[in-house]
Amino acid sequence: MPLITATSPYISPSGSVTRVMLQVLLALVPGIFAVIWFFGWGVIVNMTIAITTALVFEAIMLKLRHRPVTRYLTDGSAIVTAVLLALAIPSLAPWWVVFIGTAFAIVFGKQLFGGLGYNPFNPAMLGYALLLISFPREMTVWVLPHGLHQETLGFLDTVTIILGEQVPAHLNMDALTSATPLDTVKTQIGLKQTLDEIYSASLFGVLAGKGWEWINAWFLVGGMWLLYKRIISWHIPFALLGGMFAIALVFYLVDSDAYPSPVFHWFSGAAMLGAFFIATDPISACTTNKGRLIFGAGIGILTYIIRSWGGYPDGIAFAVLLMNMAAPTIDHYTQPRVFGHSKDEHT
Amino acid sequence: MLAAIITLTVLATVFGLVLGYAAVRFRVDSDPVVDKIDAILPQTQCGQCSYPGCRPYAEAIASGEAEINQCPPGGQAGIIALAELLGRDPLPLNPENGVEVQEDRVAVINEELCIGCTLCIQACPVDAILGASKQMHTVIEAECTGCELCLPPCPVECIDMVPLKEEIATWKWPAPEERPEEQLEEKLVSNAYEKY
Amino acid sequence: MPMRNIKTWHFNGGLHLEEFKEISTQEPVEPAPIPRRLILPLHQHIGEQAEPIVEIGDKVLKGQQIARATGYVSLPVHASSSGTVVDINDYHVPHPSGLKAPCIVIDTDSEDQWIKREPVNYQAFNPSQLRNIIREAGIAGLGGAGFPSFIKMNPGINQSIDTLILNGAECEPYITCDDMLMRERPHDIIAGLKIIRHALNASRVLIGIEDNKPEAIKALREATSDEENVDVVAIPSLYPAGGEKQIIKVLTGKEVPSNGLPPDIGVVCHNVATAVAVYRAVDIGEPLISRYVTVTGSGITRPRNLDVRFGTPMDELIVYCGGHVDNIDQIVMGGPMMGFTLMTPDAPIIKTTNCILANKDALPEQPAMPCIRCGDCAAACPVNLLPQQIYWHARAREFDRIQDYNLFDCIECGCCAYVCPSHIPLVQYYRFAKTTIWQQERDKKKSDIARQRHEFRLERLERDKQERAERHRRKREALANKASGKAGSSGDIGNDEKKKAIMAALERVSAKKTEKKTWPKNIDSLTPEQLKLIKEVDERRARAKQKRIEAINSDSAPETVEK
Repeated sequence: MPLITATSPYISPSGSVTRVMLQVLLALVPGIFAVIWFFGWGVIVNMTIAITTALVFEAIMLKLRHRPVTRYLTDGSAIVTAVLLALAIPSLAPWWVVFIGTAFAIVFGKQLFGGLGYNPFNPAMLGYALLLISFPREMTVWVLPHGLHQETLGFLDTVTIILGEQVPAHLNMDALTSATPLDTVKTQIGLKQTLDEIYSASLFGVLAGKGWEWINAWFLVGGMWLLYKRIISWHIPFALLGGMFAIALVFYLVDSDAYPSPVFHWFSGAAMLGAFFIATDPISACTTNKGRLIFGAGIGILTYIIRSWGGYPDGIAFAVLLMNMAAPTIDHYTQPRVFGHSKDEHT
Repeated sequence: MLAAIITLTVLATVFGLVLGYAAVRFRVDSDPVVDKIDAILPQTQCGQCSYPGCRPYAEAIASGEAEINQCPPGGQAGIIALAELLGRDPLPLNPENGVEVQEDRVAVINEELCIGCTLCIQACPVDAILGASKQMHTVIEAECTGCELCLPPCPVECIDMVPLKEEIATWKWPAPEERPEEQLEEKLVSNAYEKY
Repeated sequence: MPMRNIKTWHFNGGLHLEEFKEISTQEPVEPAPIPRRLILPLHQHIGEQAEPIVEIGDKVLKGQQIARATGYVSLPVHASSSGTVVDINDYHVPHPSGLKAPCIVIDTDSEDQWIKREPVNYQAFNPSQLRNIIREAGIAGLGGAGFPSFIKMNPGINQSIDTLILNGAECEPYITCDDMLMRERPHDIIAGLKIIRHALNASRVLIGIEDNKPEAIKALREATSDEENVDVVAIPSLYPAGGEKQIIKVLTGKEVPSNGLPPDIGVVCHNVATAVAVYRAVDIGEPLISRYVTVTGSGITRPRNLDVRFGTPMDELIVYCGGHVDNIDQIVMGGPMMGFTLMTPDAPIIKTTNCILANKDALPEQPAMPCIRCGDCAAACPVNLLPQQIYWHARAREFDRIQDYNLFDCIECGCCAYVCPSHIPLVQYYRFAKTTIWQQERDKKKSDIARQRHEFRLERLERDKQERAERHRRKREALANKASGKAGSSGDIGNDEKKKAIMAALERVSAKKTEKKTWPKNIDSLTPEQLKLIKEVDERRARAKQKRIEAINSDSAPETVEK
C-alpha cells in the first residue's frame, strides 16, 4: 500500500496563528473591562460594529482576491485589528467613524498589501490615523470617566447616541464629555499653567488621568500575561516604555513644572496598550531582537515628542506608523552574529 | 542677480570638472556586458535563437539587435536573469524560437546503423562526437549539450535524443507545494502571457 | 577518580521537545533475526560509491569485503552474513527521493559463518596503520551522517587535537539506540575511545550525554572511574544538543568556524556507537556489519531497540516488532525532526539508519498560512540564522541573495519549522534551495566546459582554414616561381624541371593506386570465426535497420540512458 510522504517535522507542532490571536484577545479583556467601567458601554458597541465590519470587509476582499475565505477569516487577525481600533476611538463616537476606520484598516491596511503577513503598517493604527486626520472633532470628544459626570449612561442611551447620532433628551453632551488628560495637560501648559495647578483638577487621579491610569494598569497586566505565555518577546515593550521613560525623565528633571513625569506618561493615553498590543504586532515590527529594541525605543521617544510638541495629544499611532516605515532598514542592520562566524561579517 | 548667476555658473563648472575627473580617475574596470550576458547563456550552441552560437547571440543582445527571450535551453529562468542583468523587463519565451524542454536530453548514436560518414561530427558545436571517416561514431555523453544539431545531417537517422535518468547524486528536493492561492497566482500570470 | 565538575556552555536557541523515549527502552537490546535476503547498497556513506569486487554466484562469508572503496572519501562494504551473491543491480534504497541505486543482494544460508578475524594490538600500531584498519572495516559515523570515520581520526599535518568528544547526546525524540548502547556496553565504548585517542594523540576525552539518560551516565561514569583525563559530562537536554557543532560548543565553549572543521579548533567528535565499531574492528577484527536501530512509532506494538544487520529490509523489522505493514501509513527513517519519509517499506537498513518510526496515523498535513514575521524561528535557531529571510528568498527563487544569509550553515535541525505558528515547511524550503543551488553550480560548470569546447572548435576550424590557405598560397607561389623561372632561364632546364615534377606526380598517383591494390582487403587474412562474426554483425545491422524502419512507422519511444 502506498506510504504517505510528508516533510519534517513529524511531531505535532506547538502553536498556530489562531492560538496567538486568541491569546492576544484574552490579554485585552482586563483592560476592556476597565474601559467599560470608566467610560461606559460605548466601547462594547464600538467593538461590535468594528468586528462585524472587519469580518465582512475581509470576507469581501478575500473573495475578490480568490483566496480561501474560511481559512483566513478564522485566523483571528481581523478581530484583533478591529478590537484595537475600537479601543482607540472615543466611546461615544458615531457609528460611521468606527465603520470607516475599520473598513479602511482592513481593506487598505491589510488586504491590498497581500493579506495576513504582508502589511508593512499596523492596520489598526493606519485606520486610526485616517480617522484622526479626517474627523478631528469626533475623535477628540471623549467621555468623562465614571464618577465625574452627573448622569450615568445606560446601554440603550449609548446605543442611541452612537447609532442614532442623537443625544437623548435628558442628557447633556457638554456635561458628559471633556478633553482627555493628555489633551488638557497640553492645552493648559500652552496657557502657561504649571503642572501642579493642572493636576489639581478633578480630571486627574493618582498617577495620571483618572480612569486612564486604571485602564493602562490593566493593559499592563494583560501585557504581562502575553509575556508569560511567550506570545510576545520582552524587547519591544521594554524598549518602548524605557525609551519613553528616559526622554521624559530628562525633561522632567530640567523643568518639572512644564513637563509631566515619566510615570504620568506611562499611564496616560494608549501607552500601555501601544507597548504590549500595538507595537508588538509582529507583521509590521522588526524581527531581530536588537532591531526590536531600537524599534520600541523609537516609538517611545517619538510618542513623547509628539505628545509634548506635536499637534496631537497622543502620539502612539503616528509614532508606530513612522517606525513601521523604518523597520526593514533596522532589520537589515541588526542581524545577529551567526554561529561560527566572526562578529564583523555582515552583508 | 548677476552675482547669483555668476556664483551658480562657477559652482556648476567646478563640480562638473570634479565629477569628470573622478569618473576618469576612479573608473572601475568591469567585465564588458557581452561577457556577462554570455555567462548567463547555457552554452548549448544550438542556434535556436537564430544566431550561430551563444556568443553571437550575446553580442546581438548587447547591441540591442536581439531580444532577451529567444533562448529555449536557458528557459524562463535565463530570461529573468538576463532581464535583471540588463535592467529590462522580463518577457515570456518567444515561441518562434522553440519551447522550453523540462528534462535534460543527450544524443545517442545507434551503433548498428552508423555508417561512419562524419557529417554529425562536423555539425557538433562542442566536438562531443568521437569518430573518424568509416570508423564508428559515438557521442561523449558528458559533453553533449542536447542541442540536436547532429540530428538533421545524419543520412541514416541513427541518432536519438534520450532523456537522462534521475539519480540520487543529482536529485533535487522539490519546492514545497505552494499554497492553493499561489497556484492560482501562477495561473493568472500565465493567462496574461497567453496574449503573447 | 572523583567526578570533576566540568564546565558547560550553552548555544542560542534550541527547543525542549516531548521525548517519547521511554516507550523503546523497556526491553534489553536483542539481535534482529537475519533475513533471508540482504540488500546491501554500495553507497551507505558520504563520499564516493563503493565498487563491487564479487560476482553473481559467488559464495561469501560474514564480514567478507564485497565492495571496495573508490577514492579517498569512500568506504568498503562487507557482507552482513554468509551466503551467496544473487544479484548486483538497482534496488530501492532509503532516500527521500525513493529512487533506486546499485546494491549487492545476498541470499543468506543459515550458517552465519565469519571470515577469519584478525584482532590487533592497537598500541603496537602507528595512527596511520590504525586508520587503515578502521577504513578497511567500513566504519562510517553512526550518529546518522555516515562520514567515513577514518578521515576524522587524522590529526592533520599542522594541527594537534586537544580534546576528543564522544557524542552520546541523542537529542532527537523517539531515538534511543545510543542510550541502550551506553547502558549495555559501556566498556566497549571505553575500549574504542582509547583506540581513537591513540590515533589522534588527544590529551583529554569528554563524553557528552544529555541529562535525560541517567542510567547511561551512571554506567559510563562507573566504566571510566579508573581512567585518566576521561570525563562523562551531563549536558542539558535541549534539542539539538547532539549536533556536532552544538555539542562542541557546549563542552568546550568554542565554535567551529563556519568554513572550517572541528580539528581547526583542536577538537574531534565521534558518536559513541562509532567508538564501539572501532573497538570491534581493532580489538576483535570484525568489520562493521550491524548496528543498533530503534524501531518505534504508533504502528509498532513492541517498540524497542534491535541489533540489526545491514541490508535487512525494514518491513521485516516492523513485523518482528509487532507491526502490520498494511496498517502502517508512514515510515520515517531517522527522528521526527531530521528524518525523511520512505516511499517503499522494503528499503534496507544501512549504516546511517538510527531509527525507524512506523506510524499508523500520519499527522494530518497542516496547510501553511502566510508568514506573520513573528521571529520565533530565529529565536529557536541553534545556528543564529534568520530563517525568515532565507524562507522569503527561497520562495522568491533569489538564489544569489539567499547565500548572504548563510544558507549553507543551516544544519536542517527543524527547530524553526516546529515553532512556526503558520506551519510553513521551512526545512523543505532550505533543502530545496540548497539542492537547486548545487544543481545550478553543476550546470554552470558544464556550460563553462561547453563554452571552452566550442571556442576551441572554432579556433581549430579557423586554424585548419588558415593552414589550408597557407598551403594553397605556397603552392601558387611555387607554381608562379616555376613559371617565372621558366621565362627567365633556359627553356630546357625549365622544361626538364617541369617534366620531373610531372613525372614525380604521376609516380605518386600510380604508387597510391598499386598500394590500394596491394592493401589486403579486410577479409583476406581472417579466421573462420572472425568471418562468422562479421557475417553476424552484417545480419544484425540489417535487422536493426529493419527494426528502425518499423519503429519509425509505429512511433515507439527510445529507452532512457543513465547520467
